[in-house]
Amino acid sequence: MDTAAEPAVHMSGIVKDFPGVRALDGAGLRLEPGEVHALLGENGAGKSTLIKVLTGVHRPDAGSIEVDGRPVSVNGPQDAERHGIATVYQEVNLCPNLSVAENVLLGREPRGRFGISPRRMNRRAAELAAGMGLDLDVTRALGEYPIAVQQLVAILRAVDLDARVLVLDEPTSSLDRDEVRILFDLVERLRSRGVAILFVTHFLDQVYELCRRMTVLRNGRPVGTFTTDELDQRGLVGLMLGEQAGELDRVEGRAHDGAPPPDAPPLLHARGLGRKGGVAPYDLDVAPGQIVGLAGLLGSGRTEAVRLLFGADRPDSGSVEVDGRLLSLRTPRAPIGAGLAYCSEDRKAEGLVADLSVADNLLLAMQAARGWMRPMPRKARAELVERYISALRIRTASPDTPVGALSGGNQQKVLLGRWLIMRPRLLILDEPTRGIDIGAKAEVQRLVAAEAEEGTAVLFVSSELEEVLRLSHRVVVLRDRRVVSTLDNDGGLDVDGVLAEIAEGGAR
Amino acid sequence: MAAQMRRLVWPLLVLVALLAANAVASPGFFAVTVKGGRLYGSLVDILHFGAPLLLIALGMTVVIALRGIDLSVGAVVAVSGAVACEIIVAAGDPSSPGTVAGAVGTALALSVLLGLWNGFLAAVLRIQPIVATLILMVAGRGLAQLITDGQITTVTSEPYRRIAAGSLAAVPYTVLMAAVTVLVMWLALRRTALGLFVEAVGGNAEAARLAGIRATGLSVAAYAFCGLCAGLAGIIISANTGSADGNNAGLWIELDAILAVVIGGTLLTGGRFSIAGTVLGAVIVQTLSTTVYTMGVPPESALVFKAVVVFVVCLLQSPRFRAQVAAPFRRGGPPVPAGGAGPPAPEEEDGAMPTATGDGRPDPREVRR
Repeated sequence: MDTAAEPAVHMSGIVKDFPGVRALDGAGLRLEPGEVHALLGENGAGKSTLIKVLTGVHRPDAGSIEVDGRPVSVNGPQDAERHGIATVYQEVNLCPNLSVAENVLLGREPRGRFGISPRRMNRRAAELAAGMGLDLDVTRALGEYPIAVQQLVAILRAVDLDARVLVLDEPTSSLDRDEVRILFDLVERLRSRGVAILFVTHFLDQVYELCRRMTVLRNGRPVGTFTTDELDQRGLVGLMLGEQAGELDRVEGRAHDGAPPPDAPPLLHARGLGRKGGVAPYDLDVAPGQIVGLAGLLGSGRTEAVRLLFGADRPDSGSVEVDGRLLSLRTPRAPIGAGLAYCSEDRKAEGLVADLSVADNLLLAMQAARGWMRPMPRKARAELVERYISALRIRTASPDTPVGALSGGNQQKVLLGRWLIMRPRLLILDEPTRGIDIGAKAEVQRLVAAEAEEGTAVLFVSSELEEVLRLSHRVVVLRDRRVVSTLDNDGGLDVDGVLAEIAEGGAR
Repeated sequence: MAAQMRRLVWPLLVLVALLAANAVASPGFFAVTVKGGRLYGSLVDILHFGAPLLLIALGMTVVIALRGIDLSVGAVVAVSGAVACEIIVAAGDPSSPGTVAGAVGTALALSVLLGLWNGFLAAVLRIQPIVATLILMVAGRGLAQLITDGQITTVTSEPYRRIAAGSLAAVPYTVLMAAVTVLVMWLALRRTALGLFVEAVGGNAEAARLAGIRATGLSVAAYAFCGLCAGLAGIIISANTGSADGNNAGLWIELDAILAVVIGGTLLTGGRFSIAGTVLGAVIVQTLSTTVYTMGVPPESALVFKAVVVFVVCLLQSPRFRAQVAAPFRRGGPPVPAGGAGPPAPEEEDGAMPTATGDGRPDPREVRR
């Protein structure tokens, strides 16, 4: 192993211009061998751009990159792999139809006398997996495994490359707690072998758990590099946000001020609602102005439960009443007509139409409700769009910008805006703050609390228990695709209490 | 809007070049005369003979924008012509306008039905559109041959002939029909919210469904409209020759129509569409056929000639190709440093940014807005 005191990677003075925007302005990074280093900043701070410069996706306009003390120019992802830099992206970019072994060794298949030897390939992949403490059948198609395992396979690929630098770009945002554990164990093993690991994430808890040093970017400029001992989470958030640091404080403790009267008649009344393979029949009441949080592990049936209410999936048992009137759940149209709104957890696949403009996306649900015969008058349209762009603080060059060009947080706000425009009576939000930066997150939470105070009922699905507890009046806990308990959040409830329910609730 | 216009510049240039080449080859090319109350000339011919293709391409545009495709339009052309001709021939008085109206009406109604069938397979049963419409592409031609008994049915009916040969205020009916269809389609799609719904469903069907749009109904309607357009084209083609040919009427026209849509800038992956682009695309494809005759391209090279022009249009529409070609001609452009050991202009970059990099107080956020 290399014992030189040279940093594994040293980037300095990196400048990268995109048309009209300077994405990086003198940014840099110093990665030591055998450390896990966090790269932090809001969405749009330049984290992804800096990573893409390091991995050769973008060419920098100025600045230098040194690997093991030698200046290099990285001319594309394959060149980066040649320099020993491997990357695992948030969205796994492997081939789900190929086997695990084929994915791990793609492009470097072991050869026998008759070309590629499947036997040796499977053996090599199995060795790698075993070496990392993973129990996998490497001959099965990658797509048969959950997303977490796919991410681990992507890391195995990096291990086989004998990478000295591993970049993890938001690897944990779609993993549940146990899966994060396995990933962290793997990262720790690699670290102890002297691999330098760059970790990009929105989860600050994970940063403090895994990393010793962190580099903070803001607006494409370096704010500084700190150790986790000298800077606590609150200070870190302050550095990431700059002047916006007060945001989070304003949200905290907000939810309980305007709790609805306990005897308010329910707006939504669901009985025995269920779908085979989705979620077991459950009951749910939500009153106007009430925020009900749905907690549970990934795959516990949270998303499936709320999709039934909206008619996004067709339930095969049970009924839903809004104001005592039975809803048809064959399509989302009747629920929308009754004042329900649903923001899917998967913005890209089920929320926004990336090619359409911000304005069109904002008005899509309203226009669908009006019908195709009655287009919105141009002036009313412009006013409404203008109002919601500024009320939600959506950062976009113009209302006509394709929504796909916006950052994740702003896209989320557009999706939220689409339904707020409808003045919904029940707002169903599935992971509205996943994958967005902390400033946007605070704004989304603030908006949800404000909506509830005006009398909107809210169903709130989130993997972050702190968030669920901060916002909800009541918490519904799901486990193994059934509702196991409903807890009142009246001050006596804390994260540990909910965790206990998630772990063993419903054993009544 | 501006971006959409820009995408049409290259096809427009190709059209101009084609027309110019024609003018050089045959000096009277642009001449338009009025004979017997009807416009005549090469340009009029292009529009007149291009009308069926344009009609089909318009229907195809909506289907493609919804992420579908309709391979059966050529077969529907044959069925529609065959039905109309057989009814007229079988009628007691082939020259009565009532007979012709009934025949055309029946043919168009059947075409819509065939379109609905496509829509049912592709949008309701979710069979892949290529496969779903391939069924009718094969079966429709068989149906047309059954209707005509495998023969070429000829009709002598003045009102039917006039559908293709007649004119209003000197403008041929065929051109008028195409123009009216363009207008109606534009009004229906761009003056109501239908166009937005089409683009939303084509861009992301699941997101559109969850926003409350009836995605399935919209797709079925699009296939039905495409069938109607193909049926109308079938009537025009059959009226033009005064006959119905189950074998050859509308043969391969689906490929020309898809080509016209694509040249017009509507992507096969669905989403954004351009009606003006499709009109332009159809005119280019038709001009190409005309050019083959005026330039005297020998018939055995006609297909190769067409292919070359289409190839050029596609190249011009590829941003990557344009960048490659333009690169040697661009002088004094922005330097593109290799980012290697010695980037050429770091001083300049340093000077461009505020010196206070570390403190961040002078609110860089404001600068970036």
